[in-house]
Amino acid sequence: MIEEAVLSRVLSSALAGGGELAEVFAEDKRATSAVLDDGRIEQLSSGRDRGAGIRVISGDTTGFAHTSDLSEAGLRAAAEAAGAAARRGGGGSNVVALTRTEARHPSTVEVLPEDVAKADKVDLLRRADETARAADGAISQVSARYGDSRRRILVANSEGLLAEDDQVRSLFSIGAVATGDSGQQTGRQSLGHTVGFELFDRVAVEDLARAAADRAVTKLVARPAPSGEMPVVIGAGAGGVLFHEACGHGLEADHIAKGASVYKGRLGQQVASPLVTLIDDGTVADEWGCFGIDDEGSPAQRNVLIEDGVLTDYMWDLTRGRKDGRPRSGNGRRQSYQHLPMVRMTNTYLANGSDDPADIIAGTDHGIYVAQLGGGSVNTATGDFVFGMWEAYLIEDGRLTEPLREGNLIGNGPKVLADIEALGNDFAMGPPGTCGKDGQGVPVGDGVPTLRVRSMTVGGTAA
Amino acid sequence: MSGPRAGDLTDIADRVVGLAGDGEEVEVVVGRSRHTEVRAYDGDVESLSSAETMGVGIRVVQGDRQGFAYAATFDGEVLAETLAEARDNAGFASPDPHIGLAEPDGVAVPDLDLFRPSLLEVPTEEKVARALELEAATRSVDDRITGVDSAEFVDAMGESCVASTTGIRSESASTACYLAVSCLAEADEQTQTGFGFSVGRELDDLVADDARDDAVRRATRLLGATKPSSTRTTIVLDPYVTAMVIGIIGSTLSGESVLKGRSPFADRLGEEIAAPVVTLVDDPTNPLAYTARATDGEGLASRRNALITDGVLGTFVHNAYTGRWAGAASTGNAVRGGFKSTPGVGCRALALAPGQLDQPALLRDVGEGVLITSVIGMHSGVNAVSGDFSTGAEGLRITDGEQGAPLREFTIASTLQRMLRDVAAVGADVEWLPMSAAGVSLVIRDVTISGT
Repeated sequence: MIEEAVLSRVLSSALAGGGELAEVFAEDKRATSAVLDDGRIEQLSSGRDRGAGIRVISGDTTGFAHTSDLSEAGLRAAAEAAGAAARRGGGGSNVVALTRTEARHPSTVEVLPEDVAKADKVDLLRRADETARAADGAISQVSARYGDSRRRILVANSEGLLAEDDQVRSLFSIGAVATGDSGQQTGRQSLGHTVGFELFDRVAVEDLARAAADRAVTKLVARPAPSGEMPVVIGAGAGGVLFHEACGHGLEADHIAKGASVYKGRLGQQVASPLVTLIDDGTVADEWGCFGIDDEGSPAQRNVLIEDGVLTDYMWDLTRGRKDGRPRSGNGRRQSYQHLPMVRMTNTYLANGSDDPADIIAGTDHGIYVAQLGGGSVNTATGDFVFGMWEAYLIEDGRLTEPLREGNLIGNGPKVLADIEALGNDFAMGPPGTCGKDGQGVPVGDGVPTLRVRSMTVGGTAA
Repeated sequence: MSGPRAGDLTDIADRVVGLAGDGEEVEVVVGRSRHTEVRAYDGDVESLSSAETMGVGIRVVQGDRQGFAYAATFDGEVLAETLAEARDNAGFASPDPHIGLAEPDGVAVPDLDLFRPSLLEVPTEEKVARALELEAATRSVDDRITGVDSAEFVDAMGESCVASTTGIRSESASTACYLAVSCLAEADEQTQTGFGFSVGRELDDLVADDARDDAVRRATRLLGATKPSSTRTTIVLDPYVTAMVIGIIGSTLSGESVLKGRSPFADRLGEEIAAPVVTLVDDPTNPLAYTARATDGEGLASRRNALITDGVLGTFVHNAYTGRWAGAASTGNAVRGGFKSTPGVGCRALALAPGQLDQPALLRDVGEGVLITSVIGMHSGVNAVSGDFSTGAEGLRITDGEQGAPLREFTIASTLQRMLRDVAAVGADVEWLPMSAAGVSLVIRDVTISGT
């Protein structure tokens, strides 16, 4: 993307007025999306974003500037702006020679999206639409989205690091509306992997369409969700977002450093049920949150955060690692070249347990079973979190009985971790997610086996 | 940073429009924004970012098909490639008789004072000083404040131009700035957080003490909070929470949701869907609204639309496409997330008509209930198609008409349809917030609270 000699000179410019570390992050991203709605392909849309973000770290201060001009002059102008922003003391530094490190991307892309005819992408949408509508007479509306992106990044810094990555992602999502006597209900299903168009040879969009339609139709006869505290069983693959919200965010080193996390100062302590081993792993091939290098040039890593209930580590980026004398953990991520990196998760999951999932349900006298979760959010300082239930059922006498309408689950991270009393042996990754933090969205994955939480608060409308 | 200066956006738009072929409609949106963000932490500058973003989005309509492409650059060669890409994309769209660009409709463009050159003259040192002062002030005002996890000053200047072969040619520019702070309060081994902000169009509009006081009040008033027991009760929404709720109600009144059969209010035009105290207006011509703009995302003049009047559903909102489909016209409600997207349809500056009483008087009338001071997870627990509404909440018990004990880790649930009918009173305390809906205290009866 940019010649090494140019990068060296730009890094020099960035440090000309002082500063301890300078970094160039360059990105060239192409994306395509196609939307089907109300039976029509509304449009195909293509976009291109290309530019560089430059930061200079001086003491505790970071200066940052970005530009869409990748010429040497454009990069130098941005470098000087970032340097000026960070200038708060320190002498000049010399740039060391750049050493290219080869990080292997965990995924192998077989078919680049740019090599696939647009007609083939659009065809996926039509097939999904037809299948969803044919699935049940109650389906009154269908919308679907196809998306692909190829993001090439380059990171160089004044410590001599030079690394590149080529990140290809493919996404498909479908939502169905069913109409009946009780009004309208929705069902959705999405699929996303860090692979190319071959994804659609492995998974049929028709299966996704039927799943979304079934969910919507099932909910037409759903009753209002109960309210109050009760046992909650989370299905395999369905509950990763709970751990992403309930503890993942609280284990990010920036929150820890600012005292805004319930997990501050708790390394080595028992913070969860002994059943819980929580891992954040950017190396899981093909999963939505994987990559070769993070957005600061560190190779993706597998990090065990909680082992048998004991807090073993936090997640780190360059600035937090430098400050605390810690190696980076491959968790420095940013939405684009226009953003500063932050500590972010990759694929966050709970390792398998040993219980038979059927026994977990059978052993629940009265509670709810959540088969699909919506998004959630957390207050890291208090640990209180919330997430939506998109598909849930009542458990009565150890059996799934009636489907429930949408509602929220609310709980407290440390309490839920301690309250996990059964863990299945049926681990599965969940659907692709976008994690929002400080206004930046990045792709993340999550997964869990079936599990039961002794008690959580269900926020339904039933009296 | 490099790039053309103000005024050149129209030239770029005209140039692309001039490339339209015979029988082809072309719409170009050209945008540029600059922003500065200063974050203070622990008495020092944590980060200082400055950046300029620019780009072009091109929509091509060929017959009854539409295609779109964007590029984050003004590079002439890339513009030509982007136009070609949009044309190519149009070939894959389904034919749709309602497709087409907006056409000038004669409505006068209001003259709004949204661009304040003074903001562009503020030296960086001043911005840094504002962020540092806010952090220090928030730390020192109350002994229970144990940390400030972010304090920032942000300013932004945006300009855009929409032009098309159908005769649209609209330019707009605006400035905005804010101070925001988030702090931690601790007592009795419990931590709570609170945020506060002050928003304006130029530096003199900002009141740092307001941001500080709101953050400290929000954080400290929840100390010692407990979980309530599950019940049905009357709730009073703080203005900020009301703004989020009416934003969702506004989304159910978009022409697109209605025409595509995804709104619980689709067949209810002319009917009473809310309590008579509810009058809901979308008015982006009101300069008090943070989202005020002279024109919409397709370049048509902004206008005031009364959506619900005394409880009766009066109109849905439309852009050119949904207007044509509905057999009506655009209501000036094309919304656009910048140059990277085609115009959608949505409410732009919602506000409830205020009532007579301030919040303390509303609480006295309510007597017993819960004041909802913040909600979390609204994006995941509310379904704008079915109307099911459930969200995490924090707040204060209302006891004998006064603010009482703090409450946390509970949810409130109802349906959008029921909540509108169950509105008992609208407060007099309108707050203009940095979102597309204004805040006001709102009393709603018979809402389910889930706790223990």
